[in-house]
Amino acid sequence: MGRMTFVARRLVMLVPVAIGVTIVVFFLIHLIPGDPARTILGVHATPQRIALLHKQWGLNRPLVSQYWLFMDRLAHGNLGQSLFYGTPARPLILGRLPPTLWLIVYAAVLAIAISVPLATIAATRKDAVRDHLVRVVPLLGLGMPPFWVGILLIDALAIHVRAFPVSGYGNGFFGHLHAMFLPALTVAIALAPVVIRALRASMLNVLGAEYITTARSKGVPARRLFLRHVLRNAVIPAVTVLGINIGFLIGGTVIIENIFAVPGIGQLMINSIFRRDFPVVQGVTLVFGVLVVLVNLLADLSYAALDPRVRFDR
Amino acid sequence: MSAISFPEPAVAVEVSEHAQPRPRRWYRQPSLASGAILLAIIVFAAVAAPLLTPYNPIKQNLSGNASLLGPSAHHLLGTDQLGRDTFTRLLYGLRMDLRIAFIAVLAPFCIGVVLGSIAGYFGGWVDSVLMRLVDIVVAFPFYVLIIALVFVLGPGQRSIYIAITLVGWVSYARIIRGEVLVAKRQEYVLAARSAGLSAVRIMARHLLPNVITQAIIYAMSDIVQDILAIVALGYFGLGVQPPTADLGSMINDGQNFLTTHWQLTTFPGLAVVVVGLSLSLIGDGLADLIRPGQS
Amino acid sequence: MLDVRDLHVRIAARHGIVRAVDGVSLQVASGEALGLVGESGSGKSMTLRAILGVLPHEAKVTAGQIVLDGVDLVPLSNSDLNRIRGPKMSMIFQEPMSALNPVMRVGNQIAEGPIVHLGYNRARAAERALELMRRVGIPDPEQRFRAFPHEFSGGMRQRVMIAIALSCDPEIILCDEPTTALDVTIQDQILRLLARLCAESGVSLIFVTHDLPVVAQICQRVAVMYGGQLVETGQVRDVLLDPRHPYTLGLVRSAPDVEYVRHSLVPIPGSPPSLVTPPSGCRFHPRCKFAEEDCRVQPTPLRELPGGRATACLHYERCEEAVAADRIGP
Repeated sequence: MGRMTFVARRLVMLVPVAIGVTIVVFFLIHLIPGDPARTILGVHATPQRIALLHKQWGLNRPLVSQYWLFMDRLAHGNLGQSLFYGTPARPLILGRLPPTLWLIVYAAVLAIAISVPLATIAATRKDAVRDHLVRVVPLLGLGMPPFWVGILLIDALAIHVRAFPVSGYGNGFFGHLHAMFLPALTVAIALAPVVIRALRASMLNVLGAEYITTARSKGVPARRLFLRHVLRNAVIPAVTVLGINIGFLIGGTVIIENIFAVPGIGQLMINSIFRRDFPVVQGVTLVFGVLVVLVNLLADLSYAALDPRVRFDR
Repeated sequence: MSAISFPEPAVAVEVSEHAQPRPRRWYRQPSLASGAILLAIIVFAAVAAPLLTPYNPIKQNLSGNASLLGPSAHHLLGTDQLGRDTFTRLLYGLRMDLRIAFIAVLAPFCIGVVLGSIAGYFGGWVDSVLMRLVDIVVAFPFYVLIIALVFVLGPGQRSIYIAITLVGWVSYARIIRGEVLVAKRQEYVLAARSAGLSAVRIMARHLLPNVITQAIIYAMSDIVQDILAIVALGYFGLGVQPPTADLGSMINDGQNFLTTHWQLTTFPGLAVVVVGLSLSLIGDGLADLIRPGQS
Repeated sequence: MLDVRDLHVRIAARHGIVRAVDGVSLQVASGEALGLVGESGSGKSMTLRAILGVLPHEAKVTAGQIVLDGVDLVPLSNSDLNRIRGPKMSMIFQEPMSALNPVMRVGNQIAEGPIVHLGYNRARAAERALELMRRVGIPDPEQRFRAFPHEFSGGMRQRVMIAIALSCDPEIILCDEPTTALDVTIQDQILRLLARLCAESGVSLIFVTHDLPVVAQICQRVAVMYGGQLVETGQVRDVLLDPRHPYTLGLVRSAPDVEYVRHSLVPIPGSPPSLVTPPSGCRFHPRCKFAEEDCRVQPTPLRELPGGRATACLHYERCEEAVAADRIGP
C-alpha cells in the first residue's frame, strides 16, 4: 500500500470521528443553561423579542431537527450564523485561526529548540551531574500550571524588562514573532518536559545500539555521528510523543490565549461559551477536533517518513 | 497541560557476572523514596492545616492596616488584599485542591481500567467501538471540554468531578487495553482459560493484577494533570468558589499585585509545582521499580 | 603490524570492577588471519573493541599498549582514533541487523567511509560502494543501493557489513563473531568470502569466535582466551590437533566438528569464572582435571614453547599425554 492510500485511509477514518464530535458538540452546547436570546437582548429582553429571535435562529425547533439543519449546513461548508455578532460563523472562526496556528507552531518549534539540547546533554553523560540536572526539569515542569508560568513570564519579561509586549498578536511576520514569543514560550515550557523525557529515553536507547558502535568503528566524526546516526534515529519515537501532546496542547491554547489576549479561536471559544453563542462554539469545537486529528495524522506521517521500517498496511 | 508521562528507559550494563544483584527494595529507589517523603510532608501539611496555623482562611479583615502586609513573624507570607493570611490560605487551598484531585482520579481510573480490560480481552467489535469512542473524546481538546462541561454543569466541585470523569477515563482505557492485548497471550491466561474459568474471573483475578501497575504509574501523572486543571478552573472562577481558599483563585487574586506583592501569586503556583514534583518522583520511582534497570 | 602488549581492560559494574581483559598480548602480521577463541565472557570481544577504541562507556583500558604501524593507540584522543578507524582498521559485528543503521540506506552506509576519510564526493563514493557491493557478492547492486537494512536477509546484511569494513582499504579487519548469528550454509559462504578477500587484498584479520571449526577454516594462527587471559597461542593446526592447555583440550573435545581423533563429545564441567574476583593462580584450575597445588597458587603467564607456540599451563605435558591417549584409545 502506498503512502497516498495510507493518507487517504486515515482521512476517511476522520469522518466517523468528526461526526461523533459534531453530535457530542451539538447536544452538549444545547445543554448550556441560559438563553442566548435573553443574554444578547439584555435589558431590552421582552418575551416577544425573545420569541422572535428564537424563531429567527431556529431555536424553537426540536433538537434533532436543529441537528439535521446543522449537519446540512455543514455539508455545504456553512457553520451557521453567530448569534452574538450576527455574521456568518465560518469567516469569523477562520479569521481567528491564524493566531492560534501561529501559537501552536511557534510553541512546537521552541519546545524542540529547548528539548533537543537538554536531552542531548543528559543522554550523552548518563547518570552524571548534568544528567540529573536535566532530569529535574521535567519533574518540575510537569507540575507548573501554564497560566501561572504565563503570568510570571509577563511580569518578568514584559513588565519589568519590557522586552516583549504584554499581549496581542502584532503586525507582520516579525511583529508576530515578537508578540507571540511569550505565549509560545509558555506553551513550549508546558510541552518541553514530556519531549525531553521521550527524547532522552530514545537517545539512550540509540546510543547503546550496535549500529552506533559500527559508525564509531567506521571513524565517523563526532558531529556527523550525532546528527546522522544518533539524532536521526532518536527523534522517531519523540515525534509521536510530540504529536500526541500537541493534540492535548491545542486545547490548552484556550487558556494561554486568554492570558495573553491573543485573538485566536481559543479566545473566541471562551467568549462564545460565556455568551452562549451556540453556532460559534460548535464551529470552533469542530475546528479544534479537526486540528487535533490533523496533528496526529501529521505525527503519524512524519513517523512513517522517518522510519523506513514502518509499513503502510496497518 | 501535557498528559503523557513517558517512562524512563531501562539501559542495563552488559556484564556477564555471577555476583548477586541486590534485591530491589522500594525504599532504596531514590526517586520513589524522596517522592514519597515529600508527598507525605505535603499531605501532612494539608491535613494538619488547622493545627499549623491559627488563622481563619476565609475571614476577612478589612481594617486598614491588615491587608496586603508583607511577610513577617505574624504572617509568614503576609496577607492578601482582604486581610487574610496568605500562608493559611495556601495550606487550606492545598488541602482543598489535593483532596479534589485525589478523589477525582478514582472514577476515571476504575472506569478506564474496566473498559480497557473488556476492549483488550474481547477484541473484535467491542474493541473497535470503544476505540472509536476514545478517538472522539480525544479529539476534543481536554481543557476545552473541561471548561465547557463545568460551564454547562455550573461551577463548583461536583462539576469538576463529573467533567474529569467524563474526559479522564480515556487514557486509562488505552493503557490497560494495550497491556491486556499483550498479556492475554501469556501462558497463565491460556492456562486459566483451559481450566474453564469465566472471562470475568480471568480478567479480574489473573490479568488485572499484572497489568494494573502501568495504570497506577500513569495515575500519578494524571493526578498532577487534574490538579493543574482544578487550579486552572479556579483561576477562571469556574472551580472552587470563593471565599473558599483555592490555589487557582489565589493566583488570580494576586495577579493585580504582582509587582509589589509577588508572593501572593508565586507561592500558590510553587505549591502546585512541589506537589507535581512529589507525584512525578513517585511515578518515576514506581516505573523504575517494576522494570529492571537503573534509576 | 599490530602489536598488542599487556592489555588490561576494566569495566566498572554495579557489583565491582570486572577485569575483562587481564594482561593480553597479541601480534598480527601483515596478511595474516589470527583467530581469537574462547567462551562468552572470556574477554575476546572486549579485546577487539579495545583495539579499535570502541569500548562501551563503562569500560576502560587501564594498562598496556596497542601499537599499530609503530603508533600506540591507547593514549590517542577519539578524534585521532577516528582517522585510523576506517582507513587502517575496521570491524565487523555479530548481529548485522542491529549493527546497521536502520534509517539509512545501505549504499550510503557503505559510501560513508570514503566520504569521511578519503574525501570522495557523493558520486564517487557511490561508485565505490557499488564496486564493493559487487565484490562482496551482493546481486543487483544498483537496485540494492537504495534499500534499507531490514529489506535484506541476514547473510546479505553481513556482506554489507563486510563491504563497509573494506570501504577504505584497511590494513586489518577485526571480526567479532560475524558468522555466529547466521545459518550454517550462509556461514560457510561468508567465511569463504572473507578468506578470498583476505587472500586478494592482503588484509589481516583478527577473527573472534567461540566456534573452533570456523577458526580452522579461516585462520593461520589462533589464540585461546579464558577468564580474561590468554592460555594458549600457536598455529591453528598445532593448537587444535595437539593442544597444550587443558582448556583448549576441553574445547576441542566438546566441539563436534573438529577433525580431531574420533572422540565422544565431552563438555567442560563447571562454569566460567567471575571476572570480579577471579580464581587465584591459574584461572582454569577449579575446572581442570589436571590441576595441582601450584596451579592454585602460582601466576600463569604465557610461556613460549618450541615451534612458535605458547601456553600458560604449568603442566602442559599432561595434555600431551591425554592427546596421545585419545589417539590410541578406541
